[in-house]
Amino acid sequence: MIPAAFEYKRPMSLEEAISHLAEHGYDARVLAGGQSLIPAMRYRLAQPSVLVDINKLPNLGYLHEENGMLRIGALVRDTDVEFNKNIQSKYHLISDVSMVVADPIVRFRGTVVGSLCHNDPSGDWAAAAIAARAQMVIQGKNGSRVESIDQFLVDSFATSIGEGEMAVEARFPTPNSLTSGAYEKIERKVGDYATAAAAVQIELNPDGTIKEAGIGITAVAHMALRVVEGENLLRGQKPTLELIRAAAEEVRKIADPNPDARGSAEYKKDMARVLVGRGLIKALRRLNVVVA
Amino acid sequence: MEITLKINGVEKKLNVEPRTLLAHAIRDAGLTGTHIGCDSSSCGVCTVVLDGKTAVKSCTMFAVMAEGHEITTIEGMAQGGKLHPLQQAFYDQHGLQCGYCTPGMIMAAHVLLQHNPNPTEEEIRFGLSGNLCRCTGYQNIVKAVQQAAQMLQQPAGAAADD
Repeated sequence: MIPAAFEYKRPMSLEEAISHLAEHGYDARVLAGGQSLIPAMRYRLAQPSVLVDINKLPNLGYLHEENGMLRIGALVRDTDVEFNKNIQSKYHLISDVSMVVADPIVRFRGTVVGSLCHNDPSGDWAAAAIAARAQMVIQGKNGSRVESIDQFLVDSFATSIGEGEMAVEARFPTPNSLTSGAYEKIERKVGDYATAAAAVQIELNPDGTIKEAGIGITAVAHMALRVVEGENLLRGQKPTLELIRAAAEEVRKIADPNPDARGSAEYKKDMARVLVGRGLIKALRRLNVVVA
Repeated sequence: MEITLKINGVEKKLNVEPRTLLAHAIRDAGLTGTHIGCDSSSCGVCTVVLDGKTAVKSCTMFAVMAEGHEITTIEGMAQGGKLHPLQQAFYDQHGLQCGYCTPGMIMAAHVLLQHNPNPTEEEIRFGLSGNLCRCTGYQNIVKAVQQAAQMLQQPAGAAADD
């Protein structure tokens, strides 16, 4: 299958990239890893008239901690995250996700920021970014702005990136020693869309009660969703199996999956509930708290 | 547009459209060892190596994006008329049935072994999970990668003394 023809731009600086995007508006798409965009173009689900290839831009491949944040530049590949020892030891949720995005070959090209910008309803990184309370840095002609992930993810395949803008960085708060997380995903086979998936992150107080909780679910609604009521139930409480069951039950009130070959709506909804519960138990176990 | 691709150490000038996929450009350049299977980024038979250490499904990259990179295809594996240890191991272990997935499997395994020279069976299966064998001949593919890992770990020259 051959994509529709397009005009190819290969800017060598961020300024040049932004000016191409400003000139062509929504007719232009940013090409980073291309692991979602190119398949969509081959199926002619996407037919951008201009592609702005950012792969040659300098200084967007950084992956480091600064001021309490893990900063992920727009050209950081999934494998850069997957193979990073610091992330493996400290960022349990991110590390989990990095091992199950698409398949191992696709991860060599696919980017974290690109996945967030694509905002596929079944995207893995969106759920993780929600649970970890990530931020996005968006660059335009007149400077950059930082948005919370909740502001950034607008709707299926839609973000708050405006005409003439591009996302240049994702920021994940650095977990302290009382913070852990997990990603639980059911897929029919490696590389398929998730049947359902859940990202969770928990921060404990020194007394063992839950200080902060993040829960994101994906593949079970029009986009990845935050399970707000589940987070509210957990916050301030001592973790118990009953509490986890109650928090996970909140998933069923907001999940609204489409039935397809991967399962019925009822099945997917229930799996999302189960996966949130499993994720919470795993995250707590990683903090040496055993509830089940 | 005219682009220059460096494939297996040889620079080739190619006339492509921006939308030309790398897999098609490689095959049009006469290197038909890189296969095309699913056309949907799923099967991995079109896997080639980029800059020695990363694998890419060449149906999911535009040829223009590969300018300035070193591309290695299955044709670039044997050196001086001698099969690469991975090729030899696939031969020895009968790591193929119809052979269609083999070039992609070998290129993916090549990158896997760069990052993990001594993988466990589980790590091999995980590392090759983006490559499908429709003959389901995975058992011998895993054995072949295990053998290749051993061969590659032997000090240079040791294999020739066997």
